[in-house]
Amino acid sequence: MRTLLLRSLFLRAVTVPAPRPDASPPPAEEAILAELGKALEVRTRRLFGRSITIREVDAGSCNGCELEIHALNNAVYDVERFGIKFAASPRHADVLLVTGPVTHNMRVALERTYAATPDPKWVVAVGDCAAGCGVFAESYATVGSVEKVVPVDLVIKGCPPKPIDLVKGLLELMDRATAKPAAKPPDQPAAQA
Amino acid sequence: MSERLAKLIAEQTPVAGHRPWPRYEVDQAGWIVAAQALGEGGGDLLGLWGEKDFVHLALRVAGAATPCVISYRVKSADFPSVGRYHAPALRLERAVRDLYGHAPFSSPDRRPWLDHGAWGLRAPLGPRAPSLRRDPAAYDFLPALGEGLHQIPVGPVHAGIIEPGHFRFSVNGEIVARLEERLGYVHKGIDGLLTDTDMERASRVVARISGGSTVAYSFAFARAVEEALQIDPPPRAKILRGVMAEIERIANHLGDIGAICNDASFSLIHAHCGIFRERVLAAADRAFGHRLMMDRIVPGGTEDAGLGASRALQLMLDEIEKPFAEIVRLYDDTPSLQDRTCNTGVVSKELVEKWAAGGHVGRASGRNFDTRRDFPYAPYHDTHFDVPVFTAGDVDARVWVRICEIEQSIVLLRRWLANLPPGPARVELPNGTGEGIAMTEAFRGDVLVWVRVEGGRIARAHARDASWFQWPLLEAAIENNIVADFPLCNKSFNCSYSGHDL
Ligand code: SF4
Repeated sequence: MRTLLLRSLFLRAVTVPAPRPDASPPPAEEAILAELGKALEVRTRRLFGRSITIREVDAGSCNGCELEIHALNNAVYDVERFGIKFAASPRHADVLLVTGPVTHNMRVALERTYAATPDPKWVVAVGDCAAGCGVFAESYATVGSVEKVVPVDLVIKGCPPKPIDLVKGLLELMDRATAKPAAKPPDQPAAQA
Repeated sequence: MSERLAKLIAEQTPVAGHRPWPRYEVDQAGWIVAAQALGEGGGDLLGLWGEKDFVHLALRVAGAATPCVISYRVKSADFPSVGRYHAPALRLERAVRDLYGHAPFSSPDRRPWLDHGAWGLRAPLGPRAPSLRRDPAAYDFLPALGEGLHQIPVGPVHAGIIEPGHFRFSVNGEIVARLEERLGYVHKGIDGLLTDTDMERASRVVARISGGSTVAYSFAFARAVEEALQIDPPPRAKILRGVMAEIERIANHLGDIGAICNDASFSLIHAHCGIFRERVLAAADRAFGHRLMMDRIVPGGTEDAGLGASRALQLMLDEIEKPFAEIVRLYDDTPSLQDRTCNTGVVSKELVEKWAAGGHVGRASGRNFDTRRDFPYAPYHDTHFDVPVFTAGDVDARVWVRICEIEQSIVLLRRWLANLPPGPARVELPNGTGEGIAMTEAFRGDVLVWVRVEGGRIARAHARDASWFQWPLLEAAIENNIVADFPLCNKSFNCSYSGHDL
């Protein structure tokens, strides 16, 4: 362990670094990430002061989307440095990140999680299933896209979306959120927070 | 009793066109003989599923070379309960009744399982009777009685970025006296989606039964279809399938090892494993054009790998192999970590044998079984690799199974990548008819897929995840452990919700 810690004193960070004028250009994807990260940080700061907090809700996913959302927290993507944090409770969340075709069996749980999230709140539907075009669309067991159950502010497509697309999506959410308030809840009991 | 079963099987003529294992249609007495034999330890239950007029039971009779499928034509909407004799069948039977309406008679557990009363239908794949929606929270948990016991309900929405399910703990102080699971929240109706559909759609659904095991599922499905249609994929496809399956195993085991250590508050290993995992997925993306390699294995072969695929994968292996060994040493040298993982969440050998639990759950408790070796299939059938087996049955042993499997996967990958056969990776599917069954070893354990193909279409297909036989053992593992160790035990199992809920 000591050698590991010692060595890490001399290693470059694996986290995609912010580009410096004197450094040689990093690979394409890393450059995008660095740029996105910077932009995202500025916007989060402006909108939320310092940070946004996300609560992830699997409403029927195959778990593929969760695996990629997980990656946002690893040392390579490390979204926490941009002020994005995942919370254990919807009561601490600004954003619900919802995956999966909403199953009938998860509908009530999703509605209650939405209701438990304080205003102002934003909902991001992650993945093709959540967007409503997944392979599970025609089933007795699924309600369909997330939009059919709670108001959605942004859709991030992909099956599953790559972590880099998730970062881009969150950036877009910031853009929209600064432009207009969160989507109005529809007239259904679910949304009476 | 298993002699009676062996005799019964010997007297039957197999149903024509079911490959490669034989399928027998038996009467009520024969079905009960099979159930009793399982209950007396005369074999392993490999699957139990329904269709409109049948229930099917896949099993391996102790001592028999090949497994078989036993089918019972359902009369007056019921069939003799297997769970009555052999508890591992209970949840599967409850699922059959929820979906098809076939009731397991004299079953000791009559509660619904996947049906939470939210579909507006009863038996949606059977009679489809309309039903009133009921409160999804209404469920008869088994009572746990005793002085000072109280309950902790958890879920379906959990604290982490994980799948939904409900855990009902009955605790005495901080000791768990009983855990009861309630699953089915992510039930998407996959058995229905795999009924009367075209091959391409079925392949896409199968690839999405459990995202982390997409390769293993598509692999089993492709093999089952190929058996049914009696075709042989090209040599290149066979090797590429093995490559993808081992990459998937490494990626998932890395994620799990990191997550288990994180739940024991040792985040250094978690951070490193996260980086390794990212390297593996990025290489998979470069080689196959998808980080999880979804939809790359199809009946008839595989989508071909990109140019330079083996180079990209070899470089990735070079990059992670040494640092991974160092992380393993760190795990081994950190007593504070082992203080949490050793002797925590112990599962006995008797239980894993009875439930025929595969994967790290079985192999950490002394069950020496690996589909790749024991029901061999290409490209594993003619190559050597070790199957790590431990006996402690605790969280630590489940970590070690994963560590050793990563090492073995790297050996296999290097062997295959050095020698990728040239040529096409896919053949056209004929428009044939037949039934096929296949099992592959996913990172969690054995996945079973059964198909009936009619005129090139999927008439019916069913998939059974390893988790069906692991979830119940998690209830046993946590008994007498402290509540705070549940995340650790749960992670060390890492059962699939989606693969189970279907
Ligand atoms: S979008 Fe794809 S990865 Fe995400 S839940 Fe749906 S099937 Fe799974």
